[in-house]
Amino acid sequence: MPSPEVLRLDRITKRFGALVANDAISLSLAAGEVVALLGENGAGKTTLMNILFGQYVADEGMITAFGQPLPPGNPRAALAAGIGMVHQHFTLADHLSVLENIVLGTRPLLSLSLGLGAARDKIRALSQDFGLAVDPDARVGQLGVGQRQRVEILKALYRDARVLILDEPTAVLTPQEADALFATLRRMVARGLSVIFISHKLHEVMAIANRCVVLRHGKLVGTVETAGTNPADLAAMMVGAEVQRPAIAPGQPGPALLRLRAVRTPDAEGAAGLKAASLALHAGQITGIAGVSGNGQAALSDVVSGLLAPRAGQLEIAGTPAPQPWTPAAALACGIGRIPEDRHKAGTIADFTLAENTVLETRRMAPFSTRGFWMNWGAARAHAQAIIAKYDVRCPGPETPIRLLSGGNMQKLILGRVLEGAPRVVLANQPVRGLDIGAITYVHSQLIAARDRGAAVLLISEDLDEVLQLSDVLHVISEGRLSPPIPRGGASVAELGLMMAGEGVFDAA
Amino acid sequence: MRLEAIPNPSHLRRYGFPALAIAATVLVASVLSWVAGAEPFATLGLIVKGATGSRLAILETLNRATPLIFTGLAVAVAFRAKLWNIGAEAQLYAGAVMTVVIGTSAWGVVWLQLPLMALGAVAAGALVLLGPVLLKTRFGVDEVVTTLLFNFVMLLFVSWLVEGPLKDPMGMGWPKSTPIDRDLRLPRMVEGLRLHWGFGLALIAAVLVWLMQARTVLGYEIRAVGQNARAARFAGIPVNSVLVKTALLSGGLAALAGFSEVAGLKGHLTRDLSPGFGYTGIIVAMLALLHPLGVVVAALFVAGIFVGADSMSRAAGVPTYLADILLAVALLFMVLALGLSRYRVVWK
Repeated sequence: MPSPEVLRLDRITKRFGALVANDAISLSLAAGEVVALLGENGAGKTTLMNILFGQYVADEGMITAFGQPLPPGNPRAALAAGIGMVHQHFTLADHLSVLENIVLGTRPLLSLSLGLGAARDKIRALSQDFGLAVDPDARVGQLGVGQRQRVEILKALYRDARVLILDEPTAVLTPQEADALFATLRRMVARGLSVIFISHKLHEVMAIANRCVVLRHGKLVGTVETAGTNPADLAAMMVGAEVQRPAIAPGQPGPALLRLRAVRTPDAEGAAGLKAASLALHAGQITGIAGVSGNGQAALSDVVSGLLAPRAGQLEIAGTPAPQPWTPAAALACGIGRIPEDRHKAGTIADFTLAENTVLETRRMAPFSTRGFWMNWGAARAHAQAIIAKYDVRCPGPETPIRLLSGGNMQKLILGRVLEGAPRVVLANQPVRGLDIGAITYVHSQLIAARDRGAAVLLISEDLDEVLQLSDVLHVISEGRLSPPIPRGGASVAELGLMMAGEGVFDAA
Repeated sequence: MRLEAIPNPSHLRRYGFPALAIAATVLVASVLSWVAGAEPFATLGLIVKGATGSRLAILETLNRATPLIFTGLAVAVAFRAKLWNIGAEAQLYAGAVMTVVIGTSAWGVVWLQLPLMALGAVAAGALVLLGPVLLKTRFGVDEVVTTLLFNFVMLLFVSWLVEGPLKDPMGMGWPKSTPIDRDLRLPRMVEGLRLHWGFGLALIAAVLVWLMQARTVLGYEIRAVGQNARAARFAGIPVNSVLVKTALLSGGLAALAGFSEVAGLKGHLTRDLSPGFGYTGIIVAMLALLHPLGVVVAALFVAGIFVGADSMSRAAGVPTYLADILLAVALLFMVLALGLSRYRVVWK
């Protein structure tokens, strides 16, 4: 028996200038159904959901919820119609309790009582029903990421949402937390709620969704029943061609080029510092760091790139202690090439041209400057031009402001800047975040090429698949502690998941 | 209502809005002079004529532009690094004090003493800005507050100096310093014309600052720190040391305004040596979009309005305050125009 339709998107089109983010996309959702919205980064998934939730106004098309047309551009109307959204980045107030966060915005502005007693009972009941264990009186600032997500879901359920949109919900979760989330979603579906699940992780989609809607470059490529498809077919639909995972030949390990011995750094703003972390980066090897975000990756990256000096422990470069003071300039002088996590804020200067961005790190060296005083812009332009050609950076030329480039092309320029310096150690922190599949493949192949030239590559990523695919050896990082090295194939995904959640063998604190 | 960035603005947008700003300024000035009871366009004509109408007027404008070029450069250099130096006034007076101190001590080696006066002034001005910038880099103290307040401290200090240690014994009790020796005055650029070498020095300074910004490693580092300090630090640029160097340069440039006013024009120090050249330097730098060569043009424009307004006031009876209003309005419209040339307003 077909379930009643709860939501219908009819030929939604949204343009940003020349870019068509959504091109006449139609979609329907039935009660008790999980629909996965699948697509690469930039395929238009988030744009479509922001239109549904009233944060953008579509240029064309209309939305019907429970048989009524939904007024465009009005999140309140979407909420009132029973649509709830859990954003990728949570929208919670850290200093308020779980209860206060959930009630926030549901009471009239001038009411004298928050009605917290009744609310607490309702939240308890919802937690019970859906398996969303969380203490209503805990401060949100003290909760872990998984618990915060539960609060976000409770927030939507408290407002009687019948349709829940989850934007990349598992990106920040351990495999175990993701399983718990899926159990919750199944309970919701059993009660007739509907879920739109945005993801680009195929195995999750296969596990939870009834149907998959695949987007590519803003267009609807197809809608398939999950039961009648497999991950390989879905991947092919997403990227437009059969993808084969290239088998990567193992690296030939050489001597340790960079070594951390029991390094400690202070904790910072919600992210763990390093707790007696030990690590050896060998020449000709890619060393991967797997972990859930906020577990010390930032501190590790900052130590290796020179932004942060260890508070305790030793840092050794090719067997000798690191120079003092340990600064970004010192790290560069030691032959450490760095691909930062945030290419917009740390990697490049938006209003500078490609040429200016190319020589940020090498500005005092010949041929880019004469005696470290005069800049030689001709040489800088030529160098930028060489990187543009060699690394296939799509741009009008070296005099273009870098802010006009796409993320992938920006990253290729940074990659060129780093690798043309023939670094002994390469730090790659989230090197493919937000890139399309073509750019991802390219960045990965360049990292492997650097390894094969004898560089020691440190790959920090929150994408476990990426770490597993590229690393010759990997460490799990959890609460600032590093596991002992695990060789390729030395642990199952389930074992790694347990370690990412903080269980298992770690260096003694 | 919100603003949407335009990634690649057209030429029409980039130059049309600033042109519109100038037109709007002229319109406001006309209305104001009409309110003051004068013929609107005649007033503007008188300002232009008063600033450029005769050889004397032009020389006066160039003389008035000289300190504004120095303070404008000082502000432009600092603002490029997002170092908000509001204290060019204090640095100007520091330069003037040092010029008088060295210029009134008896040495007898004239060819050495004049350059030393300039160098001493630069050192004094640099030192005045060093304090606020170290407070900023060490403790995060806001330099807007410290540099602004130091202007008043400096002015009180100068008041004490010209009433006390530096007071001219032959000054009939007026609060002014002993004048520097005739031989230690900046020579005139052309014999017979009342224009001193301070103006030439200002032009040279503008070209040097431009070369520094466009062609040297330091200039590149200053721009990088100003545009994105985090990326600059990541790339190994010592951000704090660049800020200190910028401060020394900026303070030194502002101090040269004091040096050139004392050694080129007045000959002695008073507490009204500067009618706000330090503050007007901010307007000059903003109108010039922080470009060193643009500073020269903007300083000539601003000086012309002041000089022209003086003469207009005598002829048409409109108060010289019109000049202040004109500049303020011009600045506001220009800032607005620059915003509109890069952002579009979306009403919704």
